[in-house]
Amino acid sequence: MSVGSPDRSVSETRPDVVRVAGVTKTFPRGNVTALQEIDLELAPGEFVSLIGPSGCGKSTLLRVIGDLVEPTAGSIAVNGKSARQAREDGDYGIVFQEAVLFDWRTVAKNIGLPLEMLGWDRARRRKRIEEMLALVELSGFADHHPWQLSGGMQQRVAIARALAFEPALLLMDEPFGALDEMTRERLNLELLSIWEQTANTVVFVTHSISEAVFLSTRVVVMSPRPGRIAGHVEIDLPTPRTAETRDTPRFFELVTQVRNLLRGQGEHLLPEEEALG
Amino acid sequence: MTAATVTATPPTRTVRVLRRLGEWAPALVVFVLVVGLWEGLIRALNVPQFMLPKPSTIVSVFWTQRHSLWPAGWYTFREALGGFAIGSGLGIVAATVVSRFRTAGKALMPVFIAANAVPIVAFAPIFGAWFNPITMQSKMAIAGVLCFLPVMVNTLRGLQSAKPRQIELMRSYAAGELEIWRRVRVPTALPFVFTSLKVASVLAMIGAIVGEFFGGSLDALGVLIFTDAGVFQFDAAWAGILVASLLGTALYGAVVGTERIVLRWSPETRGS
Repeated sequence: MSVGSPDRSVSETRPDVVRVAGVTKTFPRGNVTALQEIDLELAPGEFVSLIGPSGCGKSTLLRVIGDLVEPTAGSIAVNGKSARQAREDGDYGIVFQEAVLFDWRTVAKNIGLPLEMLGWDRARRRKRIEEMLALVELSGFADHHPWQLSGGMQQRVAIARALAFEPALLLMDEPFGALDEMTRERLNLELLSIWEQTANTVVFVTHSISEAVFLSTRVVVMSPRPGRIAGHVEIDLPTPRTAETRDTPRFFELVTQVRNLLRGQGEHLLPEEEALG
Repeated sequence: MTAATVTATPPTRTVRVLRRLGEWAPALVVFVLVVGLWEGLIRALNVPQFMLPKPSTIVSVFWTQRHSLWPAGWYTFREALGGFAIGSGLGIVAATVVSRFRTAGKALMPVFIAANAVPIVAFAPIFGAWFNPITMQSKMAIAGVLCFLPVMVNTLRGLQSAKPRQIELMRSYAAGELEIWRRVRVPTALPFVFTSLKVASVLAMIGAIVGEFFGGSLDALGVLIFTDAGVFQFDAAWAGILVASLLGTALYGAVVGTERIVLRWSPETRGS
């Protein structure tokens, strides 16, 4: 599967989709500093991966951007608004490691849930659900229930649901972490294809270096205890990216670059449960 | 793509009926064997009638006394049904309150759990004194108290079973507590509620009959069984037990049927 490549040069005039400034998050229990003085800007259309060992706060950072976790200090702007306002306006869609589909709803109704809550009428919902099913290549599964689908298909439904109301920003928390390698690589390609079509800005949390390099325009390497940003790696791999991209020398160079950044940080630490999932 | 999981065509009607029969066949065989063995052993060993009547005797008494047995059964069934409705209803209300207000939960849960350990049937004579023992209300009270706790405890567990990620997802859509409750907590709780209602349906019938053992209307099944057994009319007592079982099964079946309709979406109730 190949991926089209519209012009993605970042315009200087457009405001950042995400602007995180001096964000610190401490959890009172155990006095853990999950995030310390994080600064991060995402320009429109960027695909940014957050990578780091367990406990580096990458999932917490994602949730702070989504206003699901309140920061102890610092400020977050999404689409130029406060994170709370952005959440209430439906400015982002979110995908978790588990698909988090509702068993009592069909695939179509799962995708339609955010649309129902936005008050869309039935006809408009149906039309959009059909478009989204086509986008994630699940047309014909509208009336299935989630438990009738494979893990990969469930995750595609979750992506369709997150994109159904056309949010500017897509937050993804290890969305393919629970899938087998084959499915994961196929969904990587599909995600890139969807990203090209929707021109979303994406924040993508992952444990996988190769996945981060393959998908992103930029990889943000984080280090644990306290969670900080250790460095950024601009990914200048040509688009469209294909399965062959993974075999190019540049791909390996970038993987090595990210790995070295990670190695500088906390690899000696034993992996531990993150403060948040 | 990965469509290999769900492409089987739906089975035809006859196939489905045959499959249903196939599912029931083992139970039917066991039932016939048990009844046959019962009948045969009593005949072969000459067991006296008062110890254990033959199934054929029970069925024939069940038939000849049908004009007194069924009205009595219906009377008791209404007591059980009333207790079931009141106890289960209050159980669901209590669970809702406890799940929504944490302080109420902290205050009430230990009391409920302690109450769970009390053998409630032992209250039967006391309920008889609180209410007029001849009335249906005293039996409904026992049936209701028996139903309350399992429904309350299971419903509460159900209401608290929504996964944190589901709640986060709803919050990302700017959903308030009420919307999360309606769209996530209640649907998640429903399978738990129905499991407890099945338990309660059986308990309701037990409660009503045991209540009647401590006195009640002469039209009631429990009173009938109690007095028949008292005058060594064991075949009649057994026929009464048969009526009670049939009615209890009917109530249970009604709950299962409702569950099948309400939880159509669930893989468990679909039986596939």
